[in-house]
Amino acid sequence: MTNKTLINYILGIADNSLILGQRLGTLTGHGPSLETDIACTNISLDLFGQVRGYYQYAADLSEENKTEDDFAFLRKEREYKNVLLVEQPNRDFAYVIARQYLFDVFHILQMQELQNSKDENLAAIAKKGIKEVSYHVRFSGDWMKRLGDGTEESHNKIQEAVNNLWGYTNELFMMTEADKEAAEAGIGVDVSKLKETYYNRVENLLKEATIEIPESKYWQKGGKEGIHTEHLGYLLSDMQYMQRTYPNMKW
Amino acid sequence: MVAEQQPHINKKLIDILESVSDPEVPVLSILDLGVVRYADFEDDGKVSVKITPTYSGCPAMDVIGDDIEKALTEAGYKSKVKLILSPAWTTDWMSENGKRKLEEYGIAPPMDATADKAALLGNAKIVKCTNCGSTNTHLVSQFGSTACKAMFKCDDCQEPFDYFKCLK
Repeated sequence: MTNKTLINYILGIADNSLILGQRLGTLTGHGPSLETDIACTNISLDLFGQVRGYYQYAADLSEENKTEDDFAFLRKEREYKNVLLVEQPNRDFAYVIARQYLFDVFHILQMQELQNSKDENLAAIAKKGIKEVSYHVRFSGDWMKRLGDGTEESHNKIQEAVNNLWGYTNELFMMTEADKEAAEAGIGVDVSKLKETYYNRVENLLKEATIEIPESKYWQKGGKEGIHTEHLGYLLSDMQYMQRTYPNMKW
Repeated sequence: MVAEQQPHINKKLIDILESVSDPEVPVLSILDLGVVRYADFEDDGKVSVKITPTYSGCPAMDVIGDDIEKALTEAGYKSKVKLILSPAWTTDWMSENGKRKLEEYGIAPPMDATADKAALLGNAKIVKCTNCGSTNTHLVSQFGSTACKAMFKCDDCQEPFDYFKCLK
């Protein structure tokens, strides 16, 4: 496996955390309550911490003297490999929670496999990350139940959010070329194998939360190949503004 | 496993490292916290220190690294500090002395994994209020002012306080 393929594999994992972290970070001072505001930004911080681990490793592997900041801030939209789910806008708290929960369940399954990676750097980041992600999925899962089984309004809002985000879940289990090579080498996770466990777990919680499971016939895809929804461009222009205006700043 | 959990710290360096405190919980030294995994002299006379973060995104790690270098420089040693992720930090590495200091500071120390789960998920009334000692307390939020803490409130003295979450 070439370094370039390995870097692509790493970015495929890292970019999910970066973009979701950025989405959550913009809630700073805007969360619906003090506790949820702090929770969302804490989760954002955990994700950024994991991202730094991945990007620093990718920078070490890169032969072009790249730094973690180059990966985070100086790529173009089509070079980001995150799934479409995580770039979806905050809209309202129900969307924030549904997006979080639908990603968290996948994230923890992915980390549980990645900790057995033959690549010791990736295994270490995953082992560390699992502990954090288990708090995330607990938080988002609790709120799914509270909103779903709460008032009529909260129920309608979370149902709408789940309906609209459901079509993005299937992409989580698609395998890119880098994914396939990394999985064959025992370095990466075969995410296609996580699908059944994922939907079982998510559907059980939806039932408990009295949220109807959407019957989506159409699945969105493209993010992993760099083809994004219109929302990512706006997010990146906001996120990259400082680095492009004042080049060589470090985070 | 047990050997892996024990940090390797040269005795000559203990006092110096003990003087470096956690920037977010200043009563705790970095040794109390258990983030120093290795500290010893290299062949070239430099001191090599390896630290591990409590949480991946812990913003205190950069400060801790700088503080260690500063303390060692003041003691006359050149040093290099490296961040390592494996094995991952657990609250088990916090010293008993550290847990006592935490409580005195107003942060309830981490409990073992089972009790922690009962407190954070089952709403069991077992976290002791750092103000009055009552266990008649309730969870306000699983996330607190820093990544490592949860928020609680005492139902007897009405005082809000932090609880240092168990991480295993």
